[in-house]
Amino acid sequence: MFYTIKELVKQAQEYSSIAELMIATEMENTGRSREKIVALMEKNLEAMEQSVRKGIAGVTSITKLTGGAAPKLDKYLKTGNALCGDTVVKAARNAIAVNEVNAQMGIICATPTAGSAGVLAGVLTAVRDKLELSRYRQVEFLFTAGAFGLVIANSSSISGAEGGCQAEVGSASAMASAALVTAKGGTPEQAAQAVAITLKNMMGLICDPVAGLVEVPCVKRNAMGATQALVSADMALAGITSVIPPDEVVEAMHRVGMQMPSIFKETAEGGLATTPTGLKLAKEIFGEKKN
Amino acid sequence: MTEIRFHSVFDIIGPIMVGPSSSHTAGAARIGKVVRSIFGEQPEIVDIYLYESFAKTYRGHGTDIALVGGVLGMDPDDERLHDSLKIAHSLGIKVFFIPKKDKASHPNTVKMVLTKGDKKMSITGISIGGGNIQISELNGFKISLSMGTPTFIIVQKDVPGIIAHITEVLSKVQTNIGTMTVTRESKGEKAITIIEVDSPQINSTVKQLLQLDDIYSVNYFD
Repeated sequence: MFYTIKELVKQAQEYSSIAELMIATEMENTGRSREKIVALMEKNLEAMEQSVRKGIAGVTSITKLTGGAAPKLDKYLKTGNALCGDTVVKAARNAIAVNEVNAQMGIICATPTAGSAGVLAGVLTAVRDKLELSRYRQVEFLFTAGAFGLVIANSSSISGAEGGCQAEVGSASAMASAALVTAKGGTPEQAAQAVAITLKNMMGLICDPVAGLVEVPCVKRNAMGATQALVSADMALAGITSVIPPDEVVEAMHRVGMQMPSIFKETAEGGLATTPTGLKLAKEIFGEKKN
Repeated sequence: MTEIRFHSVFDIIGPIMVGPSSSHTAGAARIGKVVRSIFGEQPEIVDIYLYESFAKTYRGHGTDIALVGGVLGMDPDDERLHDSLKIAHSLGIKVFFIPKKDKASHPNTVKMVLTKGDKKMSITGISIGGGNIQISELNGFKISLSMGTPTFIIVQKDVPGIIAHITEVLSKVQTNIGTMTVTRESKGEKAITIIEVDSPQINSTVKQLLQLDDIYSVNYFD
C-alpha cells in the first residue's frame, strides 16, 4: 500500500504500470482475485458509458434546474465551430452528461463522489478513440486514477462536507489528469506532476449547492474539471513541473479544507446558494416545507 | 499522518449508484442497510436524527429516501430508492426526520432509533465521502466500524457459549478476526455480534453460522 504520491511513484517502478501496482495492492488489501478486481472495474466502466449516453440523449432533473446542457453542447460540437478542440469540448459534454443524469437521480459511477462523477468518465470517453485505447487500457485508466485518488482521500479528503468542492471536483480532476498522462505514455512522475498542477488551481474551491441540491453549480463545475484535467496533462507531458511537490500540494489542500468555514462545505449556507437567485430557487423548490 | 480511512480502489472508483450524492445518498443508503441488519427485523418506528450537513441538505440530496431505502434493505444502486418513503408507509413503518442543530463529530452524521414493540435500538452512522461509511455508536456504546472491511453482523440469543460457537465456525474456515463487538438488549434476550474479518469464505461461513442454535440472523457486508 502507498500513502503518499512519492511512495506511489516509487512503488510503481517495480511494476509495469501504476495500474498494475494498484491491482496488486488491491489483491493484497482485499484478498480478491485479479479476475474479480478487473471485472468489477469493467462494470464501473460500463456504468460510466451508460450515463454518458443517457445524458447526451437528454435528461431533466425533478426540479428542472439542470438537464439539457449535454445535448446543446453535442449539437454545438457537431457544427465544427467550437473555439476549443474537439477533445476538450467532448470531455465537457460527456462530463455534463453524467452529472445531469446524477442530478436526475439516475445511475452513475461515483469517481470519487457522485457530485464529481462526470470528470473521469467525461475525460476517458472523450480521449479513448483519439488515443486508440483498448478496452483493457480503459480499465487501466481507471485503476491509475484510483491509485492517485486513494492517496488524496487518505491524506486529505474526497468529501464536500469535509473539504469543500476542491475535495470532490478538485480530486476528480487531479485523478483524471494523472490517468491522462499515463494513457498518453507519460511517466508516473509526470502523472504526479499533473496531480500537483491540477490541485493547485482547484485549491479553495467551495461547495455551495443552490437549495442544497447537487445541480447548481455542480454540473458545470464537472465540465470545467474535465477540461482542466486535459490541460494539466498536456502541461505535465510537455515536461512542466510543479514548484511545490505533489504531496505538499495535497497536504495544503487538506489544510485549506479544514480551515474552510462550514458555510462553504455542502450546507447551502454560503456562496452561490445564498445569492438572491439561489435563495429564491430554494424557496420555490422547498416552499413552506423547508425545515 | 491522518488516519487511513480508504483501503480499496473501489472506495474511489465506485460505487455504481443512484444519484445525486455519494455521501448523502449512497452513504446514507448503506448506513440504513447496516442499521436494519443490526436491528435484525423490520421496525415499526424509525426516528432519524440528522446533524450538520445532513440536517441542512437531507431533502435536496435524497438522504431521506436513501436512509429509509436502506432500512428496507435496498442497496445504493436500487432504483426503487425513489419510492422508499411510499413503500415504508405502505408497510406501516412510521418514519420521523428530526434535523438537529447540535454539533457532531463529523459533518455527515445520522443517528437512527429503531423501535418494534418493547425493542429499541440506537445506531449512529457517519458518511465520510465517496459512499463510504462508518458506524460510530450502538446503543450508546462508542464503536468504530469502517464497513470497508469484510464484516459479519450476527443477531443471536444471549445464551452461554454462543460466542464460542460463532468463533469456532470462523476458526474452522481459517478466517482471522480483526475486531469483534458484542452487545445485547438485556440479559437473556437478543444480542448482537459484529465481527470484522480478513479474507473470509463468505458463502460457507454464513451458511454454517445460520445452522448454529440460537442464531436469528447473519448478514455479511464487504
